[in-house]
Amino acid sequence: MKKILAIVCVLALAGGMLSACGKDSGGGDAKSDTVQIGVNYELTGDVATYGNDSVNGIKMAIDEVNANGGVLGGKQIELIVKDDKSDPAESTSIEESLMGDGKIVAALGPATSGNFRAVIPIATNYGIPVISSSATADDDITVDKNGNVREFVFRTCFTDSFQGKTMSNFAFNELSAKKAVIFGDTSSDYAKGLAANFKSNFESLGGAVVGEEGYVAKDKDFNSVLTKIKGQDFDVLFVPGYYQEAGLIIKQARELGIKQPILGADGFDSPELVNLAGAANATDIYFSNHYSSLDKDPAVVKFIEDYKAANGTEPGAFIAMGYDLGKYIVDAIERAGAADAKAIAKALAETKEFSGVTGTFSVDKDHNVVKSAVVIKLENGAQVSATRV
Amino acid sequence: MGMITKKNILILLSIVATFAVVQVLRTMNILTNFHEITLALICINIILAVSLNLITGFTGQFSLGHAGFMSIGAYTCALILLKYPTMWGFLAGIIAGGIASALVGIIIGLPTLRLKGDYLAIATLGMAEIIRVIFLNIEITGGAAGLASIPRIANWFWMFFFAVISVVFINNFIKSSPGRACISIREDEIAAESMGINSTKYKVMSFAIGAFFAGIGGGLYASYFFFLKPNLFGFLKSIDMLVIVVLGGLGSLTGSVVAAVLLTLLTTFLQQFTAVRMILYALLLVVIMIFRPKGIMGTSEITDLLGRIGRGKGRVE
Repeated sequence: MKKILAIVCVLALAGGMLSACGKDSGGGDAKSDTVQIGVNYELTGDVATYGNDSVNGIKMAIDEVNANGGVLGGKQIELIVKDDKSDPAESTSIEESLMGDGKIVAALGPATSGNFRAVIPIATNYGIPVISSSATADDDITVDKNGNVREFVFRTCFTDSFQGKTMSNFAFNELSAKKAVIFGDTSSDYAKGLAANFKSNFESLGGAVVGEEGYVAKDKDFNSVLTKIKGQDFDVLFVPGYYQEAGLIIKQARELGIKQPILGADGFDSPELVNLAGAANATDIYFSNHYSSLDKDPAVVKFIEDYKAANGTEPGAFIAMGYDLGKYIVDAIERAGAADAKAIAKALAETKEFSGVTGTFSVDKDHNVVKSAVVIKLENGAQVSATRV
Repeated sequence: MGMITKKNILILLSIVATFAVVQVLRTMNILTNFHEITLALICINIILAVSLNLITGFTGQFSLGHAGFMSIGAYTCALILLKYPTMWGFLAGIIAGGIASALVGIIIGLPTLRLKGDYLAIATLGMAEIIRVIFLNIEITGGAAGLASIPRIANWFWMFFFAVISVVFINNFIKSSPGRACISIREDEIAAESMGINSTKYKVMSFAIGAFFAGIGGGLYASYFFFLKPNLFGFLKSIDMLVIVVLGGLGSLTGSVVAAVLLTLLTTFLQQFTAVRMILYALLLVVIMIFRPKGIMGTSEITDLLGRIGRGKGRVE
């Protein structure tokens, strides 16, 4: 008897779930006065901070647009937000559920290149534009392996190779460095790309990379390698990687007496970097970023004030990029003149001089953005200057 | 000889009926492409759970390395598919993935299966990590960035086909003489050895078969989800599979199938409750384990249940 009861319970549970699933995907008919946009981001899992920040930025932008009368002469924008658990298969599944309904006109996210790659085939299949604000990988994003541009795939950020070049230019021209040592994360594709581009560009400028060392994500003790580096004659130390390790590297390098400037890329962008390094050690640090809160541009100042008023904290780069992405898709819908996926994709491809809080950008023929980066300088843990390069 | 029994016909009919019902719903578009992804995940999870159940549930060897085998199958299949994006490439990829995975299973199984219990669990865990780190550092698998734009050739039919094949094959294996030997090793290894059973041989055999089907599951994953990266096959993936097996019942294939279906549906259903999904998921696992400590099915199979009901209600507990 108990067994039969259990089976009945299980069946009832399964039935309930199935019907609930059905309702979820079938319900919510699009009213003609709203425009629906899918949002597929990493809200839980490994890279949840990126996803949550991006979505907060997007929501802030869309709320502003809706409060000011919406798009296309008074239509409100409705965001359908779903969580992909930082998992590529889940990203695919969610993109399918968003696009399969045939109601959304564009989809935003995910934040990381890997998960973004997992949604590209779905977007291409449905012919609905998909945009990421932070998929910075060089290959296989907007252009496929055969060199064909993907009609419905866009991004609003610069690439890793651009950052590597930017930092090597900065080191050579601004810091007058002739000899560099690279100490990078070898377990991340992002860091490997940065290191390779830094090296090739630095050498073509006439500088020399006198040492290359590596670490693996989650390493804690870098003293032996740093001691070896200390014995070398160099002008700058380039650390491509994320803030978790970079913070500790900065701390241990400064404590060993390495006084040279330490350079990095947008992986350094987190308050956690200074917490790990200690404020006194976080001096003479330079890193490229998408945006700086020191920017005196009125639009940026207003964005920072609005964000602070609503949340009480300074907005980080992912929030700013999410905000720009929200404004950007609205701009594209306006320019397309209709809530139609194909027209929006065309408008996105034709973007010229879109101005956002992370800078002004145009979209080139490969659907990559032409955009400047900011190089931020840290002194005693505080951002003291931001140079657009 | 004894193949065409009433029971076998019944099983065959229910398999065909399940496929037909889903197929009809697919053509009528009641089950959309989105639902097909869930169905695909269910089939992949069934293959992985059933193959792990053979190792852990039936042979009693506690393995935490199943994600490693899955990743070998997935990468093998993906690399073949990227070269030959055709139906034959797909089938060759799946089979090659299974074989590669089984070979690694044998190579790793021979030394590690002398270990028991916790020690074996740690050794298999280490093995899966080694496989992951190798994929992370060699060129051909794309390193940390992984492999993208893998053509999607697998569909609902192939998913279902391979899931049925795995369940039927493993079910028949368990009922064969080597399968019985495996179960005897689970019950008492020393007693089994004293009866003349070569325990290492049968343990490696079950390990290799389990690895073979895990490789097939990985291959199906690669040919359906476009994208692979080493981090997908970490420790947690092995735990996910173990959860399905334990929840369904160690030593019950029906249990693994039921649990795979239930947990996959649950994950999909919880997508809409972003903030609390992992709490709800974990809570449900805790509740089920409290009320059914032996898992949903214990060690019994659906055929046992049907048999008991068929023989009269008096036999039901």
